[in-house]
Amino acid sequence: MNEPAKLTVSASPHVKGPATVTGIMFDVIIALCPAAIASVAIFGLRAALVIAVCTASCVAFEYLSRRIMKRSSTIGDLSAVVTGVLLAFNLPVGIPLWMCVIGSFVAIVIVKQLFGGVGQNFANPAITARIVLLVSFASAMTNFPLPKSVDAVASATPLATLAGFDRTADLTGQIDLYRAADKLPSFFQMIFGVRQGCLGETCAVALLIGAAYLIVRGVIKITIPFTYIGTVAVFMLIASRGDLTYTAYELMGGGLILGAFFMATDYTTSPVNTKGKIVFGIGCGVLTSVIRLYGSLPEGVSYSILLMNIACPLIEKATAPAYFGFVKKKKEKKPKEEKAEGGAKA
Amino acid sequence: MSHPSPGAVLKAVSKGRGGIHVAHNKITAESETVRMPPPRTVVLPMQQHIGAPCTPTVKKGDHVDVGQVIGDSDKYVSAPIHASVSGTVTAVADVKLANGRMAPAVTIESDGLMTRWEGIAPPKVTDKAELIAAIRASGLVGLGGAGFPSHVKLNTPEDKPIDTLIINAAECEPYITVDYRECLENSWNIMGAVYTLADLLKVPNVVIAVEDNKPEAIRVLQSIADDDNNRGDTVKLMTLKSRYPQGAEKMMVLSATGRRVPAGGLPADVGCIVMNVASAAFVSRYLKTGKPLTSRSVTVSGDCIKNPMNVRVPIGTSVREIIDFCGGFTEEPYKILSGGPMMGQALVSTDVPLLKSNNAVLAFSKRGAGLKANRDCIRCGRCHEACPMGLIPTQIVKYANKRDAEELSKLGVSVCMECGSCAFSCPANEPLVQYMRLAKEIMREAGVK
Repeated sequence: MNEPAKLTVSASPHVKGPATVTGIMFDVIIALCPAAIASVAIFGLRAALVIAVCTASCVAFEYLSRRIMKRSSTIGDLSAVVTGVLLAFNLPVGIPLWMCVIGSFVAIVIVKQLFGGVGQNFANPAITARIVLLVSFASAMTNFPLPKSVDAVASATPLATLAGFDRTADLTGQIDLYRAADKLPSFFQMIFGVRQGCLGETCAVALLIGAAYLIVRGVIKITIPFTYIGTVAVFMLIASRGDLTYTAYELMGGGLILGAFFMATDYTTSPVNTKGKIVFGIGCGVLTSVIRLYGSLPEGVSYSILLMNIACPLIEKATAPAYFGFVKKKKEKKPKEEKAEGGAKA
Repeated sequence: MSHPSPGAVLKAVSKGRGGIHVAHNKITAESETVRMPPPRTVVLPMQQHIGAPCTPTVKKGDHVDVGQVIGDSDKYVSAPIHASVSGTVTAVADVKLANGRMAPAVTIESDGLMTRWEGIAPPKVTDKAELIAAIRASGLVGLGGAGFPSHVKLNTPEDKPIDTLIINAAECEPYITVDYRECLENSWNIMGAVYTLADLLKVPNVVIAVEDNKPEAIRVLQSIADDDNNRGDTVKLMTLKSRYPQGAEKMMVLSATGRRVPAGGLPADVGCIVMNVASAAFVSRYLKTGKPLTSRSVTVSGDCIKNPMNVRVPIGTSVREIIDFCGGFTEEPYKILSGGPMMGQALVSTDVPLLKSNNAVLAFSKRGAGLKANRDCIRCGRCHEACPMGLIPTQIVKYANKRDAEELSKLGVSVCMECGSCAFSCPANEPLVQYMRLAKEIMREAGVK
């Protein structure tokens, strides 16, 4: 045998598992599909247009900004597509398309690329972009057209309606009253998303199908969504003195399901360790509930996720898990400790 | 220290284990170990173990026989080197090793006779001290891959009572089947060693641990253990879940006893000794015959090897000759490894000698072990989930890039055993094991423990 001409030398391990960044992002895109289809079914073809514009402009901004910064192109990892679809899901269907482009610019260029690209952003790009649009174009961002199939009088979103309720009185009764006057969607309409709201957040069933897919595929852990939605549910049950109908409306009413499963679980801006995930989820839940119950805004999902995103490094630090065989160091004076270590070495 | 109940073990073991599922690829499992004819020359580096290197005790032109000591050290943590063929010493000089480093070595040209050294005689062993001395003289080091001198491992201090001897037959690395073959072919030696070691070291419990992907080995060992009625249930055969890195020492202790070896500590700190199954079988053979460690079994496999098989090879045989014996390559190899694909060392050349601790020679094509370009970390946390030591590699990378030794120490980098589970599961193909080594180096330079 002759000596092989060229041998590759690299650090172990020499085999690789199947997971790839592109594969993970593709799974997220698949998981978003049911909700995207539902949004078109509920709000009409314009929903598809908004999704398409957001996605295309996110990918374009990703490509251009990387190019200007003389970095390698990263559009192949599909993370810009995920951001684009999520951004579109957080916008009302009637939003002017140029605002979509501005949102995409904020998400990709300002929040993501200026901080170093995928994995480096301090906050969720889609959420931050939504908040920037919300404070910049408040009326366009809160003008929620009715679903096509509903012939009701234009009114506020379910959450805004609920916010006007008297929580000390009989809540189910108030809900029934509003439902009879077509000012609140029925329970069935809530589950299938036939209500006013951002285009991707309304259809609970479609979102849950996508979320189940992500959990089964191991892309996300249920920890954050469970603690997040659980905390909101507990708060709402207490606030409504155990009114289940009201709580159910609160859980399905805003962007909670979309936020909990698809935004709060963003890898980059949520803790990697389980304990941190629990703290993160509870924190999001507390903030969302407090904003909804006591704030002047009917909805608080995006603000609470953004705030918890910023707290993520602190949470990670505070909840750092003990490694294998971690032994708590005895409180000793420094010189003594050094001596002991030296002795162990010898 | 009492032996924990099976329930307690199960409870301790099921919690946060980390690890990964890796394709076993044990294609040589049914290949009976073949003895390779003596090679033309053997190169015996003076350091084939963790600890102090040996000094050559022969010089150029000397005639040596199989089993004759050719290198030894007066340091305790060291193991003597024996001639693995009979013939003439042709050089005592530096040679290139598998990792590319140069090291002093003795080269012997074989006369093809494999004459046994006349000094070989079974050692007289009646107590622990004699056993330790005999094992040192045998040149035995951990045959599972680490290469730690066995006499040091077995000679546990008096203040650390040992209640469990664990015979490690997990063999969790893909492709490698030498330990499995050892279980099938030398099962009586293994049981012999179990009894001898348990008696001489006064260890009340023995656990033989095998992964559940080796049912045949479990069956054979169980039948022998059942045959021996005098022992009661002191010797237990334990079936472990096949999950890499099950065979790692600390994982093994956790699986068998539910105890966690403290960071920076040894299994002896929690009353355990872990010994590789091939090492155990060797001890038994050595006590019977007195023939020191001059040959070992290796798995030769991978998608570029024409006839993958298990070969018993004189130590110091060049990797090239071993591959030739297995029919050579089917195609130009991309990467050749000494050891398994998870922790093995990529060879710079096939012109390197096989060491005592090398349990496999694997040759891969680009399809089998091609490198993938790394992308930016997305902080998915898969590395943390996979880490059997509960480390957070993504954070360690961050602080390694900042060269922050203090933070690295807080993150527990020193407990990393470089099993590669993190890098295996990383979707961004980050070279995480390399980062771990870098982190350790940063801490060493800064003098932080």
